[in-house]
Amino acid sequence: MVQPNVLVLSGYGINCEEETRFSFQLAGARAETVHINDLVDGHRTLDDYQILVFPGGFSYGDDTGSGNAFARRVKNHLWEQVISFIQKDHLVIGICNGFQIMVHLGLLPALGDDYGQRQVALIHNKSARYLARWVDLKLESDSVWLRDIEKISLPIAHGEGKFYAPEEVLQELHEKNLIALKYVSGGMCSYQNLEPNPNGSLDDIAGITDETGRLIGLMPHPERAIAFTHLPNWPWLKEKYKREGQKIPGHGPGLQIFQNAVKYFE
Amino acid sequence: MTNRIKVISRIPDARAQIRKKQLADIGLSAKIEDVQLVDVYTTDVELADAQLKEIAATLFSPIVQEVQVDEPGAPHKFDWSIEVGFLPGVTDNVGHTAREMFEDSLKTKFPLLQGVYSSQITFLSGDISAEDVVVIAKSLANPLIQSVRIRGYDEFQATVGMDVGVPRVQLDIKPTADLVNLLTATDEELVVIGKQGIANEDGTRRGPLALDLTYMKAIQSYFRKAGRNPTDVELESIAQTWSEHCKHTIFADPVDEIQDGIFSTFIKGATERIRQQRGRKDICVSVFKDNSGAIVFDEDHLITHKVETHNSPSALDPFGGAITGIVGVNRDTIGFGLGAKPVVNIYGFCFADPQDNRPLYKGAGFTQKMLSPRMIMNGVIHGVNVGGNCSGIPTPQGFLFFDESYRGKPLVFVGTIGLIPRESAGRPAHQKKAQPGDHIVMAGGRVGKDGIHGATFSSEAMDSGSPAAAVQIGDPITQKKLSDAIVKEARDLGLYNSITDNGAGGLSCSVAEMARECGGCFVKLDDVPLKYPGLEPWEIWCSESQERMTLAVPRERWHQFSELMSRRGVEAAIIGEFTSSGRCVVEYDGQRIMDVDMRFLHDGLPPKPMQTEDSLAVHEEPSTPLPDDLTESFHTMLSRLNIASFEFISQQYDHEVQGSSVLKPLPGKGRVNGPATVIRPLLHSEKGIAISQGLYPTYSQIDTYHMAACAIDTAIRNVVAVGADLDHLALLDNFCWCSSDEPERLAQLKRAAQACYDYAVAYSTPFISGKDSMFNDFKGYDENGEEIKISVLPTLLISSIGIMEDVTKTVSPDAKFPGDLVYLLGETFDELGGSEYYTMLGDQRGEKCIGNSVPQVDAGKNLKLYRAYFRCLGEGLIASAQSVHRGGLAVALAKTAMGGMLGMEITLENLPGSVSGNDFALYSESQGRLLVTICPENEDAFEEKLKDIPFAQVGTVTSDNRITIQGLTGGSVITTTLEAALQSYRSAFRDY
Repeated sequence: MVQPNVLVLSGYGINCEEETRFSFQLAGARAETVHINDLVDGHRTLDDYQILVFPGGFSYGDDTGSGNAFARRVKNHLWEQVISFIQKDHLVIGICNGFQIMVHLGLLPALGDDYGQRQVALIHNKSARYLARWVDLKLESDSVWLRDIEKISLPIAHGEGKFYAPEEVLQELHEKNLIALKYVSGGMCSYQNLEPNPNGSLDDIAGITDETGRLIGLMPHPERAIAFTHLPNWPWLKEKYKREGQKIPGHGPGLQIFQNAVKYFE
Repeated sequence: MTNRIKVISRIPDARAQIRKKQLADIGLSAKIEDVQLVDVYTTDVELADAQLKEIAATLFSPIVQEVQVDEPGAPHKFDWSIEVGFLPGVTDNVGHTAREMFEDSLKTKFPLLQGVYSSQITFLSGDISAEDVVVIAKSLANPLIQSVRIRGYDEFQATVGMDVGVPRVQLDIKPTADLVNLLTATDEELVVIGKQGIANEDGTRRGPLALDLTYMKAIQSYFRKAGRNPTDVELESIAQTWSEHCKHTIFADPVDEIQDGIFSTFIKGATERIRQQRGRKDICVSVFKDNSGAIVFDEDHLITHKVETHNSPSALDPFGGAITGIVGVNRDTIGFGLGAKPVVNIYGFCFADPQDNRPLYKGAGFTQKMLSPRMIMNGVIHGVNVGGNCSGIPTPQGFLFFDESYRGKPLVFVGTIGLIPRESAGRPAHQKKAQPGDHIVMAGGRVGKDGIHGATFSSEAMDSGSPAAAVQIGDPITQKKLSDAIVKEARDLGLYNSITDNGAGGLSCSVAEMARECGGCFVKLDDVPLKYPGLEPWEIWCSESQERMTLAVPRERWHQFSELMSRRGVEAAIIGEFTSSGRCVVEYDGQRIMDVDMRFLHDGLPPKPMQTEDSLAVHEEPSTPLPDDLTESFHTMLSRLNIASFEFISQQYDHEVQGSSVLKPLPGKGRVNGPATVIRPLLHSEKGIAISQGLYPTYSQIDTYHMAACAIDTAIRNVVAVGADLDHLALLDNFCWCSSDEPERLAQLKRAAQACYDYAVAYSTPFISGKDSMFNDFKGYDENGEEIKISVLPTLLISSIGIMEDVTKTVSPDAKFPGDLVYLLGETFDELGGSEYYTMLGDQRGEKCIGNSVPQVDAGKNLKLYRAYFRCLGEGLIASAQSVHRGGLAVALAKTAMGGMLGMEITLENLPGSVSGNDFALYSESQGRLLVTICPENEDAFEEKLKDIPFAQVGTVTSDNRITIQGLTGGSVITTTLEAALQSYRSAFRDY
């Protein structure tokens, strides 16, 4: 297969579906937005797709816990489809609210292949307040989503992004190398003098994968970092490049995550 | 049977820790040792034990929480418990979500009057007295919308937890339409009805119609001709339609020699003249006739903009008022043309100093205490946070402004920019027309008692009669579902002919407004979906329940429209039919309860000519001995509320959703709030929108003409600085006035509007939309129980949008590299009247320092400067640019240096213009100035382009951390470091 079909979920307050779909298209995939109710009532089926995306947003207004209510709707109506989807050689990504949904669904980290069992949680930021800023991330897992990326800077925007797991789960995540992204101090933090871990996440965890590495969830938003002008320091970089006689780049760092997913099907 | 499900955190809860800190901030003597929060879901649905267990399990994460059903849910140790829930009928979003989840899990629908209600218990431990706990409870709940129960430990144990309260709405009335006697009413009776409302059976009044005697007599005469008395529905409906809030009579009626009124003459008049002058270069597409104004964006799209205010509701319930404001103005976008997609939210808040603790009371004898400035500020900021973030609309642009005059009533500006294709389903998308025979369809939320009399309420000054029913809370998710279904699907399928939003006046305004497009309407109120039974017909007709749009759906499209809405979880119902009868007809329970001529309804209000009385104040210039230490005053200036960083807001409002962010609200290394932001609304295009705002309320104390001129110049200059094209730039006006029926205030209004005309025309920047709010006065009692009236400073917000061909040309305000040259473009004069510097002197001296030397705008001169600057920017010669506004050159220099985290060596010696002292040079608020840095190798090219413009090279950017400024005649006047400057700049809201 050359060009994967990407299904970007929408509905009930999900709100990053358009830019996420665009990011996949820019990376070379066929991507479309599908309302969850069109899957529930059978207008559409997951069978036609190879990549499933739970995008960011405010599903159900974060009521009863971010991602919880949307996860219930998936569990109530689509669970068998989802399980059968992940059993194939397919990819799934959850971004921000989508990560929270995947955690509530028990799709991540699914230690011991126990898909459906909640094992970790994303809870209120240590400030108990919504926070929108950029972070630096170190990437350590072997997930297909993150190939050839060691460090990346991306924006976050969330109120409940503090990663929490019981001690034994945390240990297993480390042992199995499932901690995909960690907040570190890098270019953006030193540029704007910000603390590396924005929300108090345990062990600075920003994203995790399941044991196959095909399912990933992350709090930062790669789809908001696909253009050069998305970067907070782009006006400074532009001036620097200009003085060095270089052209400004067209794309931002987040694009590579989507390109990795598309490459997987080449 | 009522059941209570409690969700308890098993690990430390950040919300509880922050609440503990906030309680410490309210200055209690109590020692609060521990705070724990328990979320409660109360349901009165008949459920079997197994069902209850099943749904309880859906409400929590077992990793961090546990759940209890019908158990106390208390920690082992606590001293007090406070439960806060909603009053009956108040929007409960969490309860609503839980209900939807339960129904989905149990695959059933609950009866209308049974449901799920959310509340929260705060458990407190510590040395807390019974008086303390009442103070704490007051800080947690707003009595207008919430109920509070307090229990001590022993009582809690004895009663096994809290009382079970179910805020179910129960209205045991048989709704009917009543006749109101107007035919034989005396003038005195007409006045009472107009001011206090229609009498209920028990003699109480329903609340203001805000109709004065002239209007009441016009209505009386209409019904005398008809030979019958009006029903309450008719009278309420006319009151809504004729309200100041909807008809803007003060802006529309003749004033002095201006027969066409202020709006038509000065605001619309300016736009018409500009459009004529520009001919084929006209950028306006739809102005002043729809819910937003629209200009050309690119070949295929238009950009819309609208800014609203939500002042009165925000004074009573800051959170509810602000969230309703922001999601309400989103609907002005969704309701533009056939529906635009909201792409940017904008805010602006005018508050009193949050440290000001002097109480105010609406009632005599220390009754009906108003919320403190701090509570209003916190609630408003949070309301826009939830409204904007939950809706997935970036909120990059805003400002804070503080003045004592906003103590009684804050000003809450909220705006939304929209994007709409020029063509949708083969039709021009900015046009709409309901056709006779189309179904009248209401989609979105249901109708309840919330927001009754919102339109007439906000047309009045706030006093003790202000109704609590005017308060409501927005539900952004219900609206998001509606918005997506309309703007992303139904519009481009061509499923409706017209659409508008339900805002002020509810259905009575939206249906009547759309009925003008076809010539009449017929409505069956029985078919309007209600939140609960028991609403009077006039309440159904006039309720301002949120999240509703009214549409005209052709009969042959109804099936497809209805099916689509249902599949998107959006409720839609046919409530009548558009007609060509020339009449607005409403039926309820088989009775015709309204039948009014459309022309009378819309145009029957008699003009009320008004007279102004000019009374320009003259304030002596304050004596200004040069401060001993200008460095100290520089730091004080940076820490002032009107200058300081409001990063805490910029960071809690998502400004990057939709992937459109270009110039963010905190640009540069130093994260310094910029006055303008840039977005790129189409993911595949480099075309952008620069957005900014300008306002100078303190100048109104001197002359509202120059106040308005400066606001316009600043709003324009701010977007020009970042790269907007002057030839593709539009403005919006928001007048927030006070006591507008007083001839002196009216004179101020007229002068401000005159300036709007003069400067819009001079800059050729058309007004495309606007809104006014004329009675921002508080009448009540002060901390001594004395009567007091607090009127806001006449405030005019000018919002600007400028289109940019290529966002990669955007210039940010932060200094870029050491060695860069610093230039000041434009002239500086002794113009400090109403400035931040004079205000600061006044605060230091404990007296008002206003002065009379208000900045004046020379548009011709500035236009030349802005165009020359734009050419430099186009050639890539500009490294950074800072628009010089509040706080003058000193603040601009500081922001440029702090933004880049680079030092600066500056001299004031060659400053263009003329100033009489170093402090004046630093703090003058002369308009038309830009502070620019450039790469040294561009020096010649840059200066060549500016040869006809007053400018001066004033210094260089340095690699160290020092900011040094030499005075007019040499000698150091300010020496400080970046760190010290930043510390001052970030000090005001450090703990927010």
